[in-house]
Amino acid sequence: MIEAKGLTKRYGATVAVDNLSFEVKPGKVTGFLGPNGAGKSTTMRMILGLDTPTSGEVTIDGQRYRDLKRPLTKVGALLDAKWVHPNRSARAHLAWMAASNKLPKDSVDKALEMVGLSAVANKRAGAFSLGMSQRLGIAGALLGDPEVLLFDEPVNGLDPEGIVWIRTFMHRLADEGRTVLVSSHLLSEMALTAEDLVVIGRGKLIMQSTTQEFVDRASGTTVKVRTPQLDQLAGVLNGQQLVTRIEDVEDEGKVLFVDGDVRTDQVGEAAAAHGIVLHELTLQRGSLEQAFMQMTGDSVEYHAQDEIAAVTQLDAPSGTEVAAGPKEDN
Amino acid sequence: MSVITVERIKLFSTRSPWWCMIVAAVLTVGLAALTTGFLKGADEQNATIFITQPGAQLSQMVMMVMAALAVTTEYRFGTIRTSFQAVPQRAALLLGKTAVVAFLSGLIGLIASFGAWGVGSLFASNADLSINTAAEWRLLAGQGLVFAISAVFAVAVGILIRQSAGAIAILILWPLLVENLVNLIPKVGDDLARWAPFANGSSFLNQGQDFGLAGQGAGGTDFALSPWWALLYFAGWAAALMTIALVSASKRDA
Repeated sequence: MIEAKGLTKRYGATVAVDNLSFEVKPGKVTGFLGPNGAGKSTTMRMILGLDTPTSGEVTIDGQRYRDLKRPLTKVGALLDAKWVHPNRSARAHLAWMAASNKLPKDSVDKALEMVGLSAVANKRAGAFSLGMSQRLGIAGALLGDPEVLLFDEPVNGLDPEGIVWIRTFMHRLADEGRTVLVSSHLLSEMALTAEDLVVIGRGKLIMQSTTQEFVDRASGTTVKVRTPQLDQLAGVLNGQQLVTRIEDVEDEGKVLFVDGDVRTDQVGEAAAAHGIVLHELTLQRGSLEQAFMQMTGDSVEYHAQDEIAAVTQLDAPSGTEVAAGPKEDN
Repeated sequence: MSVITVERIKLFSTRSPWWCMIVAAVLTVGLAALTTGFLKGADEQNATIFITQPGAQLSQMVMMVMAALAVTTEYRFGTIRTSFQAVPQRAALLLGKTAVVAFLSGLIGLIASFGAWGVGSLFASNADLSINTAAEWRLLAGQGLVFAISAVFAVAVGILIRQSAGAIAILILWPLLVENLVNLIPKVGDDLARWAPFANGSSFLNQGQDFGLAGQGAGGTDFALSPWWALLYFAGWAAALMTIALVSASKRDA
């Protein structure tokens, strides 16, 4: 289990991670979700002891990463697939990693085989495509057969084949009972991969829950209605204190949406009572994207107001706008 | 000891260290051939061991570049993070790297100095180039120690500067330029020059040598310390710089 308590990272005046607390439960894929620059990579670097938190701490099964004796047997991580010497062969890259944690001799070949790089093991890593580099990084993460795995944006820049491969791989790892933390800004990817979610925005925790709960809690259901008597139905529903909006939907023309947790029964009965013809009546669940926009949008807005308040209070001149955090995507 | 294995694998799985080592060895031996190859008559008879070693400082520079690159390329390609991830005890890992690089550097120093002496003996066969005095042994065998210590220096600078161009510039400008220009400073300049670290490294090698054809005072005349104290002083600088580097690397974000 990975446990973060009050994790904070400040770079000068910029707060990259702000009092972040969360838990990553064993035997599951947990998605680490947030827009670009939200502090995901910084948090992962702190989990791995690469960056020192300004305050707070993060532990893996109760131990700080820096106190682990043979860390690769406990935690495997792929933060950046490009962290390989371009003139070193894939095998040599894994060989020194294996030696550093006194891993058995065959672990290198096993890892190479697991990610399907055996055939190019002696080629220089600089000549690898992004997909191959990504696989090499995963081989490095799996080298010590660790219980905990961390992946930072593993599908970024991959072709569809690579994405499917990574996705299948994550599921396999979780099925084997490992703890997997995957960061991403791609929601659809998380919906397919992750069971649990840790959502952050601007370095703060927005929500920790299961993926299903996240979607449910963030956005209610909407009823979609297509009818030739659009205005009439809207009038009837508004009379029942329901909120409606009419939108132009591509290929479908004008469509009526009824927001709020309304059921299709109520809309259908209201239409029948007034003899209104319905062409379509469907219940729509909120998508992960909607949920995400709603939640992080709030956080950003809230944050922006915070800034303004701070500025007016201090009567500070310009330049107080929060700069981008540490280089997140390089 | 696994850190030694790690750094050995890292160093020998890329090509540039091999090139640096070959160049370093060939430079000294080649320059020895140049200085001794064209000597005739009386000049040849007057050749000394000292004049077989003109390439040593150049080779030392090359090995320092290799040592610094062993660190800075890790920062350049991000492998330092993978390294710290595999071995979170950063000081131990970096000391392992230092040990491997210093050992190799020392080895190249010995190959270079004895190789150059061998070539010199071959070309200036009419001169007495046998190793007789303790000072002569110190000049040749001591080269290994000076190479090793300067490699420690270079690794420390690499850890602190973290990027190749800057580290190499410092490592070349410091011994060649800064240490030679400080004596232009009025009053304290001479003292500063005598107490400069690399000056003491070469003072360890050059004291008591027969400079012969190279001319009186070719290896310096103004020494602050006796040979072995000079070496210790040089090593002290390297150790101090390495300590600062290790503390810094352990504290800074990787």
